[in-house]
Amino acid sequence: MKQDNFMEVEFKADSANESFARVCVASFCLPLNPSLEEISDIKTAVSEAVTNAIVHAYPKGDGVVRMRVQLDKNEVTITISDDGIGIKDFKKAREPFYTTKPDEERSGMGFSVMETFMDDVQLYKNGDKGLRVVMRKICNSATLKEGTYAERR
Amino acid sequence: MKVKSRIYNGTLYLLLCGELDEHSSSYTREEMDKAFGSGIFKQIIIDLSELDFMDSTGIGVLIGRYKKMKDRKIPIYICNPSSHAEKIFKMTGLYDLMPKII
Repeated sequence: MKQDNFMEVEFKADSANESFARVCVASFCLPLNPSLEEISDIKTAVSEAVTNAIVHAYPKGDGVVRMRVQLDKNEVTITISDDGIGIKDFKKAREPFYTTKPDEERSGMGFSVMETFMDDVQLYKNGDKGLRVVMRKICNSATLKEGTYAERR
Repeated sequence: MKVKSRIYNGTLYLLLCGELDEHSSSYTREEMDKAFGSGIFKQIIIDLSELDFMDSTGIGVLIGRYKKMKDRKIPIYICNPSSHAEKIFKMTGLYDLMPKII
């Protein structure tokens, strides 16, 4: 049994898929034996990044969101990317309470939540257009060891 | 997502059930606003004991409701948040607007 694993999935940028995205990532992380708090943190961060892609990246609502989840020992790296309009000012976007849609009752706390709940959050331009959010979390309670995955079944 | 409401002794009780995210935010917003117009009350208590998930979209919904009730001078209180919701409330400072009660 290798100590690393990954998966990739893509779906329509539709808010109906937010729950799927959260559950999908959380399920894939289960071999790490994360604590309930760690799973909640991961689900919330995924929800924030996916919501950003759905709400902000595609104003016309006709895009695709991609997720890649990489497990490596006790660490999970989640990459969420889109081909949307992108973000011009990363620094501004990461400021607490900053939102480009203040008239829509948005909290502007998406990136702050990601930064609080994950160990590291990086933003990149996704080629010519779009955004790539890379989040990393170390699961301190993780016990991914040789044979662990098989023993759970 | 479901929003259950009842008025008792001058208090509007709102029970949020399910997952509050972008997908359910419009419905939640509408149902809470309907409850706000359903009768006479002096304060609002939002019970989160059956809320399974919430992200920052939920914070936006709650702050929006706070602003509406602030104009009517009706305070809103939060009760029974999960440890997860509590973590989001503390980091966003929501308890400054909607204090937590037991």
